[in-house]
Amino acid sequence: MSALLSVENLQAWYGESHVLHGVNLHVNQGEMICILGRNGMGKTTTLRSIMGILRKRSGKISFAGQDMMALPLHKTARAGLGFIPEERGIFASLSVEENLMLPPKVAEGGMSVEEIYTLFPNLKERRNSPGTKLSGGEQQMLALARILRTGARCLLLDEPTEGLAPVIIQAIGDVLVQLKARGMTVVLVEQNFRFAAKVADRFYLMDHGKMVAEFPVAELPNRMDLLHRELGV
Amino acid sequence: MAGKSEPIPTDTVAVHPQARSIRLVLGLAMLAALFIAPQFLYPIFLMKLLAFALFASAFNLLLGYTGLLSFGHAAFFGGAAYFTAHAVKEWGWSPEAGILLGVLGAAALGLVMGAIAIRRQGIYFAMITLALSQMFFFFCLQAPFTHGEDGIQSVPRGHLFGLVDLNDTMNMYYFVLGVFLIGLLVIWRFVNSPFGMILKSIRENEQRAISLGYSVSRYKLGAFVMSAALAGLAGGLKALIFQFATLTDVAWQMSGEVILMTLLGGIGTLLGPIVGAGLVVSLQNYLATSDFPVTIITGLVFMVCVLLFRRGLVGEFFASGLGRKLGFRADK
Amino acid sequence: MTMIFGVPLQALMGQLLVGLINGSFYALLSLGLAIIFGLLRVINFAHGAQYMLGAFAALLLLTVGGVNYWFALILAPLIVGLFAAVIERTMLSRLYKLDPLYGLLFTFGLALAIEGTFRYFYGASGKPYAPPPQLTGAVNLGFMFLPVYRGWVVIASLAVCIASWVLIEKTKLGAYLRAATENPVLVQAFGVNVPLLLTLTYALGAGLAAFAGVLAAPVYQVSPLMGSNLIIIVFAVVVVGGMGSILGAIVTGYLLGVVEGLTKVFYPEASNIVIFVIMAIVLILRPAGLFGKEA
Repeated sequence: MSALLSVENLQAWYGESHVLHGVNLHVNQGEMICILGRNGMGKTTTLRSIMGILRKRSGKISFAGQDMMALPLHKTARAGLGFIPEERGIFASLSVEENLMLPPKVAEGGMSVEEIYTLFPNLKERRNSPGTKLSGGEQQMLALARILRTGARCLLLDEPTEGLAPVIIQAIGDVLVQLKARGMTVVLVEQNFRFAAKVADRFYLMDHGKMVAEFPVAELPNRMDLLHRELGV
Repeated sequence: MAGKSEPIPTDTVAVHPQARSIRLVLGLAMLAALFIAPQFLYPIFLMKLLAFALFASAFNLLLGYTGLLSFGHAAFFGGAAYFTAHAVKEWGWSPEAGILLGVLGAAALGLVMGAIAIRRQGIYFAMITLALSQMFFFFCLQAPFTHGEDGIQSVPRGHLFGLVDLNDTMNMYYFVLGVFLIGLLVIWRFVNSPFGMILKSIRENEQRAISLGYSVSRYKLGAFVMSAALAGLAGGLKALIFQFATLTDVAWQMSGEVILMTLLGGIGTLLGPIVGAGLVVSLQNYLATSDFPVTIITGLVFMVCVLLFRRGLVGEFFASGLGRKLGFRADK
Repeated sequence: MTMIFGVPLQALMGQLLVGLINGSFYALLSLGLAIIFGLLRVINFAHGAQYMLGAFAALLLLTVGGVNYWFALILAPLIVGLFAAVIERTMLSRLYKLDPLYGLLFTFGLALAIEGTFRYFYGASGKPYAPPPQLTGAVNLGFMFLPVYRGWVVIASLAVCIASWVLIEKTKLGAYLRAATENPVLVQAFGVNVPLLLTLTYALGAGLAAFAGVLAAPVYQVSPLMGSNLIIIVFAVVVVGGMGSILGAIVTGYLLGVVEGLTKVFYPEASNIVIFVIMAIVLILRPAGLFGKEA
């Protein structure tokens, strides 16, 4: 089976500093993978390079059989990749609903606004308030929700649980489980592997701009030593 | 502004072992050329060139070394021209006293305009200085002592220190050259003084300068007043050279011209504004006899400079292989 | 005769109207500047030249092509907008990653080149442009005669200002604009063609200036330098209003126009500089501007 998203020997630079040193990964249709690693190891950079936000990069990225390296940034989303940044990127000058409706539809099969409001009732209640008046958890919900509307086939999700209360983390976990049930493909970046273990099918471990290990969720218990060493938890 | 966005190539070019001597010889040759130039070129043209070179150098002191783009330097140049012209013509002051009044008047104007303009940064600073100088323009249009559209005509050059007759063209030329060299020396000393160093560090990183405890606005204001005073020196000279002061000198087009001279020559280099002034003044002289408007060329040169060589001619030369071989640095 | 503060009512109303007309142009122009600055981070010094181009386009459409005022009102902004789009695509867009001062210098050069070219071909003197027959004459308001065309200028500019505000605050395109003003990279990562949005924005701003130019053609004369002094006043308006708010730009434009008109009645010597004086006072009391958010 050929992968939906495959990345080969991806290198990336911030200005003069070389950040990614040959990242290889693949994600199959409907699979949820999780990239683990300490801060500064290149997890976010990997997502930004795949998305094409970081342009100083080399290697091979293909998505649904299409070469992504040559596409300008705005065509990456059109190809079916959805990006949810770590800082969430909620717009202050837009209302909650405007934020939700902002990303253009890229394909059929996205959630309808009603479905989204059923999934995130808080957003419906506050749909007319400015985007940044939401709590951190609500902003994360909004950041997720607006990509679900677009019909993207694969989500690049950067640390969705960072800085959130356990009850919110639980709710986000539930949403991810539902998405998986709908067949959504997800690349999740997390430091919280206990959270990731509940949703991810497979793990990559990242260290100094490279993938140093790859294993399915079932092997997680056997890899705890490695994880403790690498993540320092 | 120029330094931040245009990093100098970091690859090393070996500096020629005699680079220092070569630079010294080049400098002396230029100086010698200025001394004998009136034998070959119209002195009035040369004096105009020197006055504008000083004006552009004063402007560059602000833009090149503090990163502040003033769009209102015509007010200091033209204002000083009026003050000097009025003092020597109506009050019978000596030329050196008249010029001194022009410098002080420009400095005072600079203090007021600067105090208001430094309340905003970057792009706003440029717009505010432009608006304030336009206000000064309208003041000059209406104030009786400027004689409105006519300007102050037939300004006497007088005798320098009561001794040297400046109506003699060669005397006047060497006087202008002397003032120009003194002005450059002041700028050079200022840039390399502790004050100038702090200005540079503010330009590089304003936040860091603030956190180091420097009163950034006071330093900026100091540089602004200094630049205004030197622009005033150039304006006062101009009034004596051409023996008139008019609204042209305070109009916004003049502020644009001095920006162009500096940009074309090279922002942040000592030599750049002088070369830029030379080119712009020559161009104006050349086109003066045709009916082709200078503004079209000026506008196009602006666009080309901004798009293609933001370091300016001198900056590009300094950054080139030859320039680096001679040990020049476009920006420190 | 009715007197108010020792001034005949007629004169007061007349100058108020002149102030309102000037204010209409200030509002239209500062609106365009604010829209462009918001997204492109470029102060469009060529705004005055684009205003002049609008007026000239109307004049040339009439004299060369026989196109009347009403079509010119639509065509001139389109022509100038197209020209601006070409400039943005080929040149201005190369400067976005640099210090914003370069954008100011580039558009300054552009303004000089455009104005110089028109002066070369059409001379510096103004050329009359007759108002359309439907808008000639005057109506008696009881206390004054209102020239119909002047009334139309105020109404038309107000309508366009409101329409622009609605476009930006209430439509999908406006949401893209606002979002891209905050974070252009993320908006592009969502699949919006942000480079195209920037081109359209610059064209829209220039088109607004050209629209103001067509409106102005019958009021002032059409001349190559009609925009060059105006743009400096508009800069002051923008500094007073702060560029963070579209509504702020519009309100400040009308307000300062009216203040300027009133100054002509009560202290004519200062009418040229009153806007600059207000700018200085606002900067001293409230550096961010009346409606400004940014420091």
